[in-house]
Amino acid sequence: MVDKQHLLTTEQMASFVADGYLRFDDFIPDELNKAAHEEMASGVPTRGGGGTVLNDVWGEGSAVGDVFNLPKVQGIIQSLVGENPLYDHHAVHIVRPQSEHGQIWHADAIIDLRMHFDIQFFYFSHDTPREMGGTMILPGSHFRRVCETDVARYQNFLSQHPIVCNAGTLVVVHHGIWHCAQPNLTEDTRYMFKLRLNPTVRQLKLWNTDDINTAGIRGILSRNHRWYGNDVRLEIVNRIKLWRFLIGDESYDVGYWLSRLENMPENVKNVA
Amino acid sequence: MAELRQQLLVLHLHTPDLNSHVVAWAMYDGTGKIRYTTGDSDAPPYSSVVEAMQDGWRVIQFPQQFPAYPGMEYHTSYLRFEYILEKMEEI
Repeated sequence: MVDKQHLLTTEQMASFVADGYLRFDDFIPDELNKAAHEEMASGVPTRGGGGTVLNDVWGEGSAVGDVFNLPKVQGIIQSLVGENPLYDHHAVHIVRPQSEHGQIWHADAIIDLRMHFDIQFFYFSHDTPREMGGTMILPGSHFRRVCETDVARYQNFLSQHPIVCNAGTLVVVHHGIWHCAQPNLTEDTRYMFKLRLNPTVRQLKLWNTDDINTAGIRGILSRNHRWYGNDVRLEIVNRIKLWRFLIGDESYDVGYWLSRLENMPENVKNVA
Repeated sequence: MAELRQQLLVLHLHTPDLNSHVVAWAMYDGTGKIRYTTGDSDAPPYSSVVEAMQDGWRVIQFPQQFPAYPGMEYHTSYLRFEYILEKMEEI
């Protein structure tokens, strides 16, 4: 178990539920970024395929393995998917120089009905200015039930978020989030390392819950990312349901959203 | 006689009201001059469908509205208020 100081806070967990991602800028030390960059260029060896315990995937001397073994990265992992998650897959995403067209919007994998969720890390080992793309993500899209590239007709949304960042930035996303690689107009190849992990324990208060009763949670869960227009209230309902799942409290509500809908009295007035 | 090609503008609105504001947008150019792509603009070309109509775009598709399927009342997926507009352009 990683030291408590490395676990996510309740506010961060609520942000993950509302936004579908957390972003950690300048998070990985530079020497590891350089080594991981070289490893990505030459190929990242792994032991075992999908379903392998994460700790068994990378051995000594793997820079990428060292990145995900950092206590502060382990803290993110343990907070979201528990202590011994399974490796699902990884991919070194490469965008060649002078690539003028963005990737189509997509969610990874098919419609996923689970409340339990996988996470995906997007790791940027080198500086990624806007002209180099970054991966574009759509905050708050993770509850949308779509099948992979079904959303490919879309191009732009209010609040779309290009990950423009310095080397060593790590982003963790809910498996359902919509995203797409952006054009790389520079002369350099762009790399992004993606890693998907599956939980092996019930995702119940796995983070540092010292601030579980903080007043800010309701405001975080009520965020409006604007692109879903009138459906924002449906999004909040879905967030409440996931939050209930994560904290183990089926009565939790943001204001009076689900409480109203669940009010179905069956007691009959005793008439004479 | 001039040859014409279709330009398509896809606008997704906050509500079904054609005056409501645009929340997502895409363009497809049948002349072959421009290939629009994901993330290529930060602001929509028009604030509403009506504003686009005032600039000469013709609405060619209205989103139909259906009640939610039983059991799926709180599920979300695609953007629901999608209007497709066209302009014909000479090549």
